[in-house]
Amino acid sequence: MSAPKDFVATLDSDARKTPRRIAFITKRTSPQIHVKDEERVMTYPEVFFRVAVAIEVLAIALVVIALIWNAPLESLADPTHTPNPAKAPWYFLGLQELLHYFPPVVAGVLIPGLVVMALIVIPYFNINIEAEGIWTRDKKRRLGIFGGVVAALFLVLIVVPYIRRLLQPGVDVPPVWVAFWPTVIVAAFMLMAAQTDPQSATGFRRWLVRKPVSFWIMTWFLFELVVLTAVGTFFRGPGWSWVLPWKGAL
Amino acid sequence: MANTLDQFVDQVRENRIWRSIFRSGTGESNLHKSLVVQQNVFLHLFSIKARKRTMEFNATWYLGALTFGTFMILVITGVLLMLYYHPSVPQAYADMKDLQYVVSSGVFLRNLHRWSAHAMVFLVFAHMFKVFYRGAYRTPREFNWVIGVILLLVTLLLSYTGYLLPWDQLAYWAVTVGSNIASAVPLMGARIRFLMLGGTAVNANALLRFYVLHCVILPLFAILFIAVHFWRIRKDGGIYPGDQSSEVGSQ
Repeated sequence: MSAPKDFVATLDSDARKTPRRIAFITKRTSPQIHVKDEERVMTYPEVFFRVAVAIEVLAIALVVIALIWNAPLESLADPTHTPNPAKAPWYFLGLQELLHYFPPVVAGVLIPGLVVMALIVIPYFNINIEAEGIWTRDKKRRLGIFGGVVAALFLVLIVVPYIRRLLQPGVDVPPVWVAFWPTVIVAAFMLMAAQTDPQSATGFRRWLVRKPVSFWIMTWFLFELVVLTAVGTFFRGPGWSWVLPWKGAL
Repeated sequence: MANTLDQFVDQVRENRIWRSIFRSGTGESNLHKSLVVQQNVFLHLFSIKARKRTMEFNATWYLGALTFGTFMILVITGVLLMLYYHPSVPQAYADMKDLQYVVSSGVFLRNLHRWSAHAMVFLVFAHMFKVFYRGAYRTPREFNWVIGVILLLVTLLLSYTGYLLPWDQLAYWAVTVGSNIASAVPLMGARIRFLMLGGTAVNANALLRFYVLHCVILPLFAILFIAVHFWRIRKDGGIYPGDQSSEVGSQ
């Protein structure tokens, strides 16, 4: 005979009276049941309190900023007088920097359209769901693809403008060094990861070698975004010429 | 003193009128705390409990919450600014000058609105990259990521439409630069630009359109998608705990 049970199983649909749930785990239960029973806090008041404090700190910081610095206000809009340079809001200055190099349909429509599309499809790429390091498997083929991508970027950003300069001497087609340097730096770190032993003694290199392909693409994008926006904001003066910030680009 | 104050608060909260509005009543039990969230139309977007480690600062840097905070500041200061603003040429610019010299705390109001707007754009980007680098966009949260991308675009449009409203040189030419990009769209670029501006150049019609978009249409979209975004956090199993193995539904 089995030992007497130390609980009583009752049926009750009123969650106020019996707020406990009992799960009967049978052999056919799916793996969904393998969940660690981890510590939880009540949303009210714990979570709401923390969020309120965070927002309060931010609000105080913004109030202080608003008390110290005035929002810019220039003279009345005048359609007959174009300022030089005419700059878009700061978050579009990366795009405006690209407009300096590429025709509007590429820099203003194609590239932002592709970025938005890429952002939307990110979570639907189920390849490499374990997020293993980019060079873990198939290293030779992947190095080949990597080299191809970098070479293609070099071709589009640097070689093509020089060729166009030769063919059309009058037209100013600047090579896009400002977008190529971030590519070179990210590529250098990727090669460093490729040269690193997974059991490397350096913590940074062990961290680097574990990074999947999605990490590298997003980091490259973030780096380009920051560099292009910063250049457009701080280093561009009349006629979109290169000007140092302390000499009037701001 | 504290005792009597507590008793007073409890008395108010047990009052029949109060209870008719807030049904959860008083009490320190988890049941009571659950009911506070469950029985409120706004709060019940959220789950009743959250994993403790997702509440640590490093998990999220509270970037989503802070973005929402800037949005609330922008709604409040924006509504107040609407009381002093006419979307017409050149009155719009005169209203800026009035904010500066006539309206009490007018400069502060405009400053707070503008710096909060910049902060919101920055925080939305920061939130997106933080979510990406944590891997929090992966199944089952993929659709919430998509809603986040929509909210990023809505935020950029809100900021961009607001940029024109002061009707100064900065506003006028920034929007002219932006609207010229729209005309680069193949085949229908000129039409899109015409629809956007209500004319062939940035003028009084464009100001009115941007005003309506900025104060009515885009905020409604933002609120709608923010609500779905928050609700999906609960539906997708709470804030990403940091490792997929501890999630419900994982192998």
